[in-house]
Amino acid sequence: MSALRADARIALEIARKDAVGELRGRHAIVSTLFFSAVLLLLFGFALGPDSARLAAAAPGLLWLAVVFAGMLAVSRLHLLETDDDALEQLALYPISRRAIYAGKALAGLAVMLLLGLLVLAAVGILFAVDVGAAWLPLVATVVLGAIGIAAVGTFYAGVTVRLRAREVMLPLLMLPVLAPLLLAAVKATAAALAGDPFGDLGAWLQLLVAFDVIMVVAGAATYGYLLED
Amino acid sequence: MKTRILGFVALAAVAVMLVVALFVVPADLNQGDAQRIMYPHVASAWLGYLSFGVTALAGILWLWKRDLRFDAVAVAGAEIGVMFTAFAIWGGMMWGRPIWGVFWQWEDPRLTTTALLLALYVGYLLFRRLTDDPERRATRAAIVGIVAAVDIPIVHFSVEWWRGLHQTATIGSPDRVLNPAAPMVFVGTLLGTLAAFMLAWLYFMIRRYQLARAELGREEQVRRERIEAARAPHPAASPTEVAR
Repeated sequence: MSALRADARIALEIARKDAVGELRGRHAIVSTLFFSAVLLLLFGFALGPDSARLAAAAPGLLWLAVVFAGMLAVSRLHLLETDDDALEQLALYPISRRAIYAGKALAGLAVMLLLGLLVLAAVGILFAVDVGAAWLPLVATVVLGAIGIAAVGTFYAGVTVRLRAREVMLPLLMLPVLAPLLLAAVKATAAALAGDPFGDLGAWLQLLVAFDVIMVVAGAATYGYLLED
Repeated sequence: MKTRILGFVALAAVAVMLVVALFVVPADLNQGDAQRIMYPHVASAWLGYLSFGVTALAGILWLWKRDLRFDAVAVAGAEIGVMFTAFAIWGGMMWGRPIWGVFWQWEDPRLTTTALLLALYVGYLLFRRLTDDPERRATRAAIVGIVAAVDIPIVHFSVEWWRGLHQTATIGSPDRVLNPAAPMVFVGTLLGTLAAFMLAWLYFMIRRYQLARAELGREEQVRRERIEAARAPHPAASPTEVAR
């Protein structure tokens, strides 16, 4: 138990380090936030000015923007570690690899939460969707989606960060894995916005929870091997 | 030699089952001749899943035993799995066009799941090519393969739910072929095709494994030659070069 507590402390410490770096340098959040805003605008252009159509497509557009921008945001946090071989330094410390993964994922989660909530608000404004009425299930969906994207994103950022072609490989590897999350989050958002007429909101949130748990476990179990080489 | 015999046996078995599936078995009452696509289609879809399972297992064994032969098995599984999966999707589309009226049916969870599967493992194969060091490559590929395999059941469930938590399936799915009411002649043909494809699969796996081993040996040789070339005195500095 105390080992777990020590791991948690180290993870929080790593996340705090990233948060401080983010507050000072703003590597991840500002650029990706504007990227997601640009995406929402382009989605609007692509689907035309029909407001009913845009409102109907809003859940899907919201999560596409969050997934694309989130992928960049989480990978930015890993890119920081390539400066001066910081990741190698981190791996040299006598701390568990799980704690390093958890720390990076926590930092990613903080960024993802901020990003998700702001994009949700932007979708409410741009596509005239009433996000205030069902705010609780929507926030729950954003939180669960953020956990999943942070867990998967941290893992794949670690996998690709030292590759030559990481800009292509990261989305290629990560987006198919995120497909179930996208699907469940879009369905949950649509159900929440419609007032859950079919009573399936809970099932989609459960699917998100299952995805999050499985991916956090898989990431924590395998991430350590990346730091070996 | 044994592998070559296996290859000929597999070729003969596939040829026999081709004739059986095309000419011997009667056409399906509802679907007509198009239903014949199901025999190779279902068999290759199953073998695709089997291959990816082999890749994940080989990845785990590499991380455990650190024997590069497991990595050779992993790459064989992924590559042959991609081949069979692509073939299964292609066959499904050829079947879907006359039966469903469209190549792509978003409501069929198997089709969408399989397409994602293909994307996952094409990514895996492309990813493998980016790391030069064999052991590093094996480790990175192993964990990517494991996480991809973990994702497969979630993809399957989510797509199955996505199609409709409330509406019942309206379109006969391919696996209905195996329901108890299906006449034995159809079931037998499907199982025969599966067995023949299985032999071909085994032959491909062995050959690809051997190729992977040879590639690894060649890489090793090139590396050794480079090291020796670097150690040898530079030609420009040698007396003959200077004299010229």
